Amino acid sequence: MLQMVRSAREILKYRTLLATLVSRDLKVRYKRSVLGVLWTMLNPLLMMIVFSVVFAKVFRFTFEHFTIYFLSAFILWNFVSQTTSWSTACLLGYAPLIRKIYVPKAIFILATVLSGLVNLLISLIPLAMIMAVVRHPIHASVLFLPLSILLATVFALGLSLFLAGICIEFNDVVQIYQALLLAWMYLTPIVYPLDVVPERYRWLIVANPLYPLVETFRAPIYAGVLPDSMTVLRAAVWALAALISGWWVFERRSDRIAYLV
Amino acid sequence: MIVTSELVIDVRNVSVRYIIPHERIPTLKEFAIKWLRGRVVWKQFEALSNVSLAVRRGESVGIIGRNGAGKTTLLKVIARVLRPGAGTVSTTGRVVPLLELGAGFDPELSGRENIFLNGAMLGHSRRYMARRFDDIIAFAGLEEFIDAPLRTYSTGMVARLGFSVATDVEPDVLLIDEVLSVGDIEFQQKCVDRMNRFREQGVTFVLVSHSLPTVTNLCERAVWIDNGCVAMDGPAAEVVAAFTARSAGVQPGAGEADAGRSRISA
Repeated sequence: MLQMVRSAREILKYRTLLATLVSRDLKVRYKRSVLGVLWTMLNPLLMMIVFSVVFAKVFRFTFEHFTIYFLSAFILWNFVSQTTSWSTACLLGYAPLIRKIYVPKAIFILATVLSGLVNLLISLIPLAMIMAVVRHPIHASVLFLPLSILLATVFALGLSLFLAGICIEFNDVVQIYQALLLAWMYLTPIVYPLDVVPERYRWLIVANPLYPLVETFRAPIYAGVLPDSMTVLRAAVWALAALISGWWVFERRSDRIAYLV
Repeated sequence: MIVTSELVIDVRNVSVRYIIPHERIPTLKEFAIKWLRGRVVWKQFEALSNVSLAVRRGESVGIIGRNGAGKTTLLKVIARVLRPGAGTVSTTGRVVPLLELGAGFDPELSGRENIFLNGAMLGHSRRYMARRFDDIIAFAGLEEFIDAPLRTYSTGMVARLGFSVATDVEPDVLLIDEVLSVGDIEFQQKCVDRMNRFREQGVTFVLVSHSLPTVTNLCERAVWIDNGCVAMDGPAAEVVAAFTARSAGVQPGAGEADAGRSRISA
């Protein structure tokens, strides 16, 4: 724990580098233009259309405002899946730097997660627009979202550190993780409501760390209520557990990273 | 020149081992297969074995030796880029590494943005770099090209920018790996002048070079690294002379392969 504080302090010392890395990431992604920002909004929009059509029409989910139900969970899922999969490859991208100059390695992972966070915040804009279009009311409960997002960020950072630590040693884990992500998405109630899952398999879904994280984020948007305290507590425990274990795995390897990249 | 008794670099009994690239197990699949068969072995190459080096504030040390002797590895260990497998390294003050010019530069960004990026990697704030900015480009002589992307620069221009950023702030310890020979004569002279000024001001530097005249000109002390060990450590002129005598006596290349092999262990 003391070690963790020490590395956090060191990263703080390099905050200018952190800011530079994040802004460079964003510049590359958005190509410094409003059009670039709009373009990144297109992806969730297209996904939404595909999923809405498939699940609303084909599976005949007939509950109210399926689009919002799906989308509010999907942008959170997107954040976790994107940042973690970027992190699997991110150290290799910085290899020339890592071999030549000392910087705390976790800073690259943190920068990746933070730029994903900016992405998540930006994607709240099309979500709000769609909510306005389909006349889904926005309740005061959305004021809870900063906490939901914080928990998701801590979780994503922990998992990213864990994966980056493993992938630097075994680079086939990058592909394995991509396959796992697909399974993980369908094991999380993102496109379907929990009650379509047969009772005896439901524990499998509830044990999934993403379930409480998604619910903590979705409830204030979709249902217009605060998430129940048990769910928030579960989300917080998962987030902290991910951060501590991820940090531990990463830190143990960080001395060897310069030899491995 | 002021040499005090204070140690600024203290390398003690350091060993560094590299895993030989083709022996690394790069995938989980291979690891699982080998592990199940009980055949997980790593071949390692000992790049430095039991090296100690103490440098006092104000000293100028040149590191010489053949290709692959471990000079750059030693510098990387001092710069904290590599953590040694055994032994300890401690440094005091601001250590600025110049391990390769253009390290930490992004070819897609302009020279201007790269100055800030590089400054950030050395731990400087944006505001601080903005204050130093004009001096940095003036020393590098790149005023006209500062907004062009770095990929359009020549090697010499990148080198000038790198040296200029790294040495703009007076470091306590400067680590230089064979980079002074990149720029043109005029710039080389500027570098040497700046180094001499640093030396007068008591900046410690460690310089890796194959150019023996550079070592004798800039350094008081030289360390000859051979096969990952310190072969000789003393006044620059004497060490360079001994190294020259040995190099002249040995057929170029002969012995090098054998020496390398003997350092490989399973």
